[in-house]
Amino acid sequence: MLAGLLSIAEPEGPVNHMPTIERSPLQAPEVPRARNMKGGRRRFSEENIAKVLFVVPAGIYLALFFGYPVLKNISMSFQAYTTKTFFTGVAPWVGLDNYITVFQSNLFTPALINTALFTVGSIAGQFVIGLALASFFRRRFRLSNFLRSMLLLPWLLPLIVGSATWRSILDQDSGVLNRFLEATGLIHDPIPWLTSPAVALSAVVLVNIWVGIPFNVTILYGGLQDIPEELYEAAALDGATGWKAFRYITWPNLRPVVSVVLVLGVVYTLKVLDIILGLTNGGPANATQTLAVRSYQTSFVDFQFGVGAAYSNILILISLLFAIIYLRANRRTVDE
Amino acid sequence: MKTKGRITAALAMAAVLPLTFTACSGGTSNAGQDVKTLTVLDSYNNEPDKSILQDSIDKCAAQVGVTIERTTVPGKDRMQTVLQRSSSKTLPDVLMLDNPEVKDVAATGALAPLGDFNVDTSPFAGNSLDAVTQDGQVYGLPLPADTLGLFYNKEVLAAAGVQPPKTWGELKAAAAKLTTGDRYGLALSAAATYEGSWQFLPFMWTNGGDETKLDSPEVKEALQLYVDLVNSGSVSKSIVNWTQADVKDQFVAGKAAMMINGPWQIPALAKAPQVQWDSVQIPVNKPGQTPTAPLGGMVWTVPRTGDEAKEKKAAEFVACTGSEDSQMSLGKARNTVPVRAGLQEKYIQEVPAMKAFTEQVENARARTGKLGAEWPKAATTIYTAVQLALTGGASVDEAFARAAAG
Repeated sequence: MLAGLLSIAEPEGPVNHMPTIERSPLQAPEVPRARNMKGGRRRFSEENIAKVLFVVPAGIYLALFFGYPVLKNISMSFQAYTTKTFFTGVAPWVGLDNYITVFQSNLFTPALINTALFTVGSIAGQFVIGLALASFFRRRFRLSNFLRSMLLLPWLLPLIVGSATWRSILDQDSGVLNRFLEATGLIHDPIPWLTSPAVALSAVVLVNIWVGIPFNVTILYGGLQDIPEELYEAAALDGATGWKAFRYITWPNLRPVVSVVLVLGVVYTLKVLDIILGLTNGGPANATQTLAVRSYQTSFVDFQFGVGAAYSNILILISLLFAIIYLRANRRTVDE
Repeated sequence: MKTKGRITAALAMAAVLPLTFTACSGGTSNAGQDVKTLTVLDSYNNEPDKSILQDSIDKCAAQVGVTIERTTVPGKDRMQTVLQRSSSKTLPDVLMLDNPEVKDVAATGALAPLGDFNVDTSPFAGNSLDAVTQDGQVYGLPLPADTLGLFYNKEVLAAAGVQPPKTWGELKAAAAKLTTGDRYGLALSAAATYEGSWQFLPFMWTNGGDETKLDSPEVKEALQLYVDLVNSGSVSKSIVNWTQADVKDQFVAGKAAMMINGPWQIPALAKAPQVQWDSVQIPVNKPGQTPTAPLGGMVWTVPRTGDEAKEKKAAEFVACTGSEDSQMSLGKARNTVPVRAGLQEKYIQEVPAMKAFTEQVENARARTGKLGAEWPKAATTIYTAVQLALTGGASVDEAFARAAAG
């Protein structure tokens, strides 16, 4: 969540500051002026108080709903926080024990690798299909608006409903997908989508791609709309059409939008939980364990809240890394 | 920076004020007064169970002379709700827990031992108290219990000339014979959840296996049975992803001739009259073994709310739910077996369909009886080992060692 905030923050804001500061548009012009003031003579002017009052509601909101949970999660990860803590309120400090437990767990490395594969696979699929569909819908045709809104359906469906439906679609024996593939002669033996450790992760990625396409199409379509038509006309005169037009006009003009889509996509995908819980619950034989699933299961199934917090902090750190990469990249394009 | 200081102070006040108010309202005490109401939290949030339990609660409320404020939460949210309410000191006066949760919650100090209020637990069957007894103190009174058994489709078995299996050998033979076309001989759940472990326990325990020694030959033999059933094609490979509800759906759809499941599925089976079913106890590996399945079922507990008068009244209410009348009527309405001693024969007479399950409950074992708070770890090892063996991730011999290392 923190990372999500960071990535929508003002791109020119200083990277190493807290997101709370960057997020408020009011603050940006105010900070340098306040510094220029001599002494503190005009510090209590009505104008300044008004400015502060404008910022306060957002500040309180951020502190309560973003600051507190993050800080609490960090402190929790250094405590022995168990079921007992809830009744007694006692959670002894244990230093790095929870993190050591996480790193020594035999499931940590597989979960980390799965998280990476899941994220890369999902993003690649969502982005390529999303971009293809967005380019397709750029041409206006009958029902194009209707079809484009139908594409949003996966987004509107509760994820638990979506994953329950996919679970039946992907059933090895009676699932629609295997039955269809068999009927068309594409396969002879049913594919064990969710029941083989070798295939399950791909199946989960497949479903997550389906979930992510609407987001990609919507944002990329918006980006495509912003590219002036004249550019294409001028290019066409120079002989750049089709693939060349995409390579030399669409892609360079779309790049800022692309980076937003990719970074937000990575941050959203890293923390995907409901789809995996709904489809496989981390199985079969731990084949679809990711850091998010580990975090959830240690916290809310094993009730090892300290260890669970350590898992989620690792996840937040990884998200933060991507957010920072995004901010840097964006600043560079602005500087250019 | 004076203003800033003042603003911070104001903010701090604003943040703390609501807390003080709640602290006041939460602190009212009924000590010494007559208790008129009790709050109850349970997880029978779906019909018909919700109304059935309401009847049972109303009867005891009238007997004890209180009105009840009842809250229900979905079963999967129960523990989270209990934890939240413990930390905000708003636990209900009477709390329903699943029996494997009792020791864990009791260990936090959140529950009052029923002995403190002289609740007589002696008429209850020993196995039903194993899960709720910690350090010699009983922390809950069990509601009528459930367990696992073998359901079979009478018509399908009759048509194939197969008798309900009593041993593992018969089970394998029957499942193989009953497998045709898109119908499997047997369905069970081997999901990557506690449900998967719960379904493995009857085979493991019946064969003399024990959760304290998961690497024993007895446990491995039970796992080998699973592997044989799946590899022979009598059981679907999809069981690693099936919940018990999925298993029931397969059975109802005629895609499985037999299934391992519990009596809570009976209402759903009643809605599919085309499936004529009966149930028997879990088959044994060798003749002479006793079918031993896990004991399921909810428990009424009395949380420590700090209000002695209310705790005492809550204990009276809980004691009432353990009465013969309460156990029988709830047992009949919910297809669960009364665990108060001496009721079983009468119960089978009134609910003949529950005969096999009643016998199964008498020999059933509590999951947390031996391991207590360590049980979840063993349960995770069990379902992981089952999944490893069934998906070819490890041999039967290595599966438990591999799973335990995770």
